[in-house]
Amino acid sequence: MSEIIHADHHDDHAHGPAKGILRWLYTTNHKDIGTLYLWFSLAMFFIGGAMALVIRTELFQPGLQFIEPAFFNQMTTNHGLIMVFGAIMPAFVGLANWLIPMQVGAPDMALPRMNNLSFWILPFAFSMMISTLFMEGGGPNFGWTFYAPLSTTYAPDSVTYFIFAVHLMGASSIMGSINIIATILNMRAPGMTLMKMPMFVWTWLITAYLLIAVMPVLAGAVTMMLFDIHFNTSFFNAAGGGDPVMFQHIFWFFGHPEVYIMILPAFGIVSHIIPTFARKRLFGYTSMVYAVASIAFLSFIVWAHHMFTVGMPLAGQLFFMYSTMLIAVPTGVKVFNWIATMWRGSMTFETPMLFAIAFVVLFTIGGLSGIMLAITPADYQYHDTYFVVAHFHYVLVPGALFSIIAAVYFWIPKWTGKMYDESLGKLHFWLSFIGVNVTFFPQHFSGLAGMPRRIPDYALQFADFNMISSIGAFIFGFSQLFFLYVLIKTIRSGKPAVGRAWEGAKGLEWVLPSPAPYHSFTYPPEVTDKESYA
Amino acid sequence: MKNQILRMLTGTLAFIASGTVLADEWNMRVGVTDISRQVYDLHMTIFYICVAIGVVVFGVLFWSVFQHRKSKGAVPATFHESTKLELAWTIVPTLILIVMAIPATQVLVQMYDTGGEDMNIEVRGYQWKWQYKYLDEDYNNSYSFFSSLATPRSQITNRSEKADTYLLEVDEHLRIPINRKVRFLVTSEDVIHAWWVPDFGIKRDAVPGMLNELWAIVETPGIYRGQCTELCGQDHGFMPIVVEAMPEAEFDAWYATKVSSEIVRQETMSKSLTHDELMVQGEATYGTYCSSCHMANGEGVPPVFPAIAGSIVANGSRDDHLSLVINGISGSAMQAFGKQLDAVQLASVVHYQRNAFGNDVGDVSQPQDVINLSKGQ
Repeated sequence: MSEIIHADHHDDHAHGPAKGILRWLYTTNHKDIGTLYLWFSLAMFFIGGAMALVIRTELFQPGLQFIEPAFFNQMTTNHGLIMVFGAIMPAFVGLANWLIPMQVGAPDMALPRMNNLSFWILPFAFSMMISTLFMEGGGPNFGWTFYAPLSTTYAPDSVTYFIFAVHLMGASSIMGSINIIATILNMRAPGMTLMKMPMFVWTWLITAYLLIAVMPVLAGAVTMMLFDIHFNTSFFNAAGGGDPVMFQHIFWFFGHPEVYIMILPAFGIVSHIIPTFARKRLFGYTSMVYAVASIAFLSFIVWAHHMFTVGMPLAGQLFFMYSTMLIAVPTGVKVFNWIATMWRGSMTFETPMLFAIAFVVLFTIGGLSGIMLAITPADYQYHDTYFVVAHFHYVLVPGALFSIIAAVYFWIPKWTGKMYDESLGKLHFWLSFIGVNVTFFPQHFSGLAGMPRRIPDYALQFADFNMISSIGAFIFGFSQLFFLYVLIKTIRSGKPAVGRAWEGAKGLEWVLPSPAPYHSFTYPPEVTDKESYA
Repeated sequence: MKNQILRMLTGTLAFIASGTVLADEWNMRVGVTDISRQVYDLHMTIFYICVAIGVVVFGVLFWSVFQHRKSKGAVPATFHESTKLELAWTIVPTLILIVMAIPATQVLVQMYDTGGEDMNIEVRGYQWKWQYKYLDEDYNNSYSFFSSLATPRSQITNRSEKADTYLLEVDEHLRIPINRKVRFLVTSEDVIHAWWVPDFGIKRDAVPGMLNELWAIVETPGIYRGQCTELCGQDHGFMPIVVEAMPEAEFDAWYATKVSSEIVRQETMSKSLTHDELMVQGEATYGTYCSSCHMANGEGVPPVFPAIAGSIVANGSRDDHLSLVINGISGSAMQAFGKQLDAVQLASVVHYQRNAFGNDVGDVSQPQDVINLSKGQ
């Protein structure tokens, strides 16, 4: 008898976190891995952001002042790659790791060892990619879209490292997705039917399927590049009978779902925060789920709207114009539902809510400029100008990024058991909000006036807008260092948080104490209507 | 800088005050073709619809934000779905989109009407310049030339005052007649470029191995400027497009002189040049075609762009050096300059490379050597 008790006792100990640095290397715990993902993406965010500031410094005035055009191209390319694959995507995977097991009432992710691997691939992949900047001939300089033949025949030698890094990132994403799907489909608490799942879980389930569908396509594209470069094939080389435009079709067949991969989880996050602070149930839960599914489906049939100028037949142009315009319908439904959730609620405006409302407004501005871009004849004038730069930064920065920041403020009491300082959080919000608009709003104008993107120097009529944009970029960039300060201050000396840290918060994660225990639910919790969104 | 910010602030106020009147610096150009005007109207229509949607959506949102606050004693309602509302805000946006799609389709169909042209011009992108070729029925009368950035390096590096046409000036304009349907056949020699003249409302990628069609009927004489809009390597920002539209009679006269001077130039190719003549011409050619990669001092940017100073090629066999410049190195950034330069330019640039940057081979390359070499191949 005493032996059995002793054994139980021993088991208990084995389930706590290990000590020291090896805890992080060997961990299979979803919270530890989520933490690793989030810190990693924050580090990448600062590296990619520093590159953006190098770009904005050079563009502050016309003329070449600080860097050479060749290095400028490396900066734009790496800024894009690092922000997409290093900052936004890992941040969402980190949030998924932390939140999905708690939200579905599971003890951990379904495949914990693979979870460890999918994270630890990333630091190596990105070290390899960033190291190419210090190699002879420089790093990737062909834009984050790496169109052939600039990225094959005309690429620097380091392109092979870039290809390998992209393969690794893809493998990591696929493993992460499999894990998320397995967790959601198999480990939900009894009673949590699919149509009772929290919106963040729903959006990630669909995102994970998108990732599994398109990451192999990206892997195929870079593999063909590898063969063109090293084994004399001619997939994308016109002189050998290949087709450079085929590269773009393949890339954007990956690339368009990819941009929704970066926004669907954001929709999920905002669908948690707005009901919480409006103290009212999410309006139109069912239509929200169907809207996300429709957007995911449409994302596969609109890719060539990135390529309106490559010279497609009229029928092709019309098809991609109409299908692209259609996306506005389910996206509109989501925006209207969020507003209807706020309508006649009882709202308070803590930092996560401020970021969420800014998300709705600024993402909608990005969506409206998206409709303008979908109109093919007008797109000929917008294509590859700063109008496009303004559009996708509006959906990615105050869109995807603001949702991630909102999520951090919203769930940090659950993660750390400590509350952030509300007035510092609000200050961070207003600095970011002003910075982001001062940076990107003028870019609409410089684009319409005719400034091409990806140029290190520009004609004199674009000077005013570029100067404002650069000032905004520095405001925005340095206010994110302030965010880091707020985070560290919270972790070190935040006031203790209660289990249900927000008055209006719903969901199984708020049933757990703050900070959440190392293993979320050792016994399946009861799924009640009180904690459900549906 | 302070002035610029002030100017921007007053500009913003003027913009808001003026409402619909938008300056070129702020908005898409109306342009000088029927198509560009239609595109502009389409752009403004869609823009106003988007603004209207924005006003309604954000109006409701901010009304809610200001009225339905806990601090104002708002008590949360309990509604959370309405099939009627959901249907309404699915159907109404769809109808708005159909309203947008109809004019968009009409304009697009017109843009694709590429037939019935009065003249054809081939537009070929190179790293980092454009080649224009008038495609005439009579091949002997066809005329082609390169058009490269003419903004002096000193302006780019801020050592002299920037001109009004900074980065938008080329050594030779593309000339076209007004009121004629000019068809542009766009392609590329190396990577993908994009040819865009905002005032014509047309833009198309220049893709190696593909021929894309564009057309324009320009109504007003004038000089119209654009830029390459597809990232094409380090000097992507430095390959402007300048098109000069002129009355037809003027154009015809200009074209006739160009064709006859071209014939004269071909005849002088067999002349021998002195060392000094070769060095002067060679330095000029090197500055335009070689120095962006191999650098003005011939040191290059190894390993991608090798040095010419002290190189094996520039100090080895003259004919090998000539044929390397003529044929390029396939699979590398070294282009086949035989297609771009004439015999005088080729001979002089090779002569210059062999006798500058500390290279001192001492031999002479003449235009006739280039012609012989080309014939021998």
